[in-house]
Amino acid sequence: MTLLGLLDREPSHGYDLKRHYDTFFSRGKPLPFGQVYSTLGRLARDGKIVVGEVEPGEGPERKRYVITERGATEVESWLTEPVEAEPNLQTVLFTKVVLALMLGRPAEEYLDRQRAAHLRRMTELTELRRNGELVDVLLADHGLFHLEADLHWIDTTVARLDALRKVVRK
Amino acid sequence: MKAIEARDVHLSFGETPALRGASISVAPGEIVAIMGPSGSGKTTLLHCLAGILVPDAGEIHFGDHRIDTLSENQRSVLRRDEFGFVFQFGQLVPELTAEENVALPLLLGGVKRTAALGKARPWFERLGLAGLERRRSGELSGGQAQRVALARGLVARPGALFADEPTGALDSLTGEQVMDLLVASAREQGTTVVLVTHEARVAAYADRQVIVRDGKVNALVHS
Ligand SMILES: Nc1ncnc2c1ncn2[C@@H]1O[C@H](COP(=O)(O)OP(=O)(O)O)[C@@H](O)[C@H]1O
Ligand SMILES: [Mg+2]
Repeated sequence: MTLLGLLDREPSHGYDLKRHYDTFFSRGKPLPFGQVYSTLGRLARDGKIVVGEVEPGEGPERKRYVITERGATEVESWLTEPVEAEPNLQTVLFTKVVLALMLGRPAEEYLDRQRAAHLRRMTELTELRRNGELVDVLLADHGLFHLEADLHWIDTTVARLDALRKVVRK
Repeated sequence: MKAIEARDVHLSFGETPALRGASISVAPGEIVAIMGPSGSGKTTLLHCLAGILVPDAGEIHFGDHRIDTLSENQRSVLRRDEFGFVFQFGQLVPELTAEENVALPLLLGGVKRTAALGKARPWFERLGLAGLERRRSGELSGGQAQRVALARGLVARPGALFADEPTGALDSLTGEQVMDLLVASAREQGTTVVLVTHEARVAAYADRQVIVRDGKVNALVHS
């Protein structure tokens, strides 16, 4: 989804995609070229991207990938839909926020929806723990503490969106 | 069970606007949590809903009555007869015993002492406070004092309970105990509850959460 999102920003060569991915999303674990091209192959097969006109010149970097209507729709709905409110989503949420800012989308709205999804899940877990056995209570607590940590992260991130926007927009 | 509603409420403290068009509606018997960062206007909104503060503009409704147009006297009677309160620091009267503290709203409402204490006592068993009836607030732990405050808030079977950071001064386990009891008792009596808290874990006890930001209420968008 991240590569597709980057293509929603602008048509790109495989190399640029990898470079942008590594800059913002890889956190020290560069994306292997092989994986870039296998992902692009799969996206093309599914009709989410097409290979643009081959540019004259040498080497493999002549291909520019372009997102299709279907691909763009998928990026849009991925950004809009809150992630299922399970704990430890920081990585997905992080990717979502950075991509949304890159694409000039309303990141704060997405985070508000995520906050709502988290609170709803916390309400369910609280109901469970109020009526449950001790084991259920402990399990629910584990979920609640992690969701609470996510929420703190969401609040702090909302407060820093403007600063973050400047960093990721070129 | 009565509904509580604020419509487009504005209120400033001198030059400081605390509420700028806050609207919220709480259904009869519903438990709603008001969340939001510190200084966003949560307490001010609660005080408007509870007839403690009068808004500069906008309307407050309780059941069929508009309460922001009542006189100071009428509002104080309404608070005594219809509302219960729990604050962050129990605010028990230190000179009174725990059971007298619980009975206080009844005593103030003109109920005879024996009858009032008779109504107060069952709350001690119910909230796990049996044996502490004669203690003074200085001899209670934070969690115990807060449970006494909860009993005091509910003893007169108010139509609405207003709780401002009721667990704010407690550790998380004790806070949960208080919230468990608050929610269970409110549901049993069908009391409408407005709960102010900045903690998500506390807000999760409510049926519904809203967020106050810059003096306005944002309903959470569930997709
Ligand atoms: N009695 C008061 N006098 C002056 N300013 C006040 C008073 N009470 C609240 N405020 C101001 O109004 C705003 C909202 O306060 P409050 O409702 O207490 O927020 P919260 O409960 O969300 O922390 C803040 O800017 C606060 O400083
Ligand atoms: Mg407050």
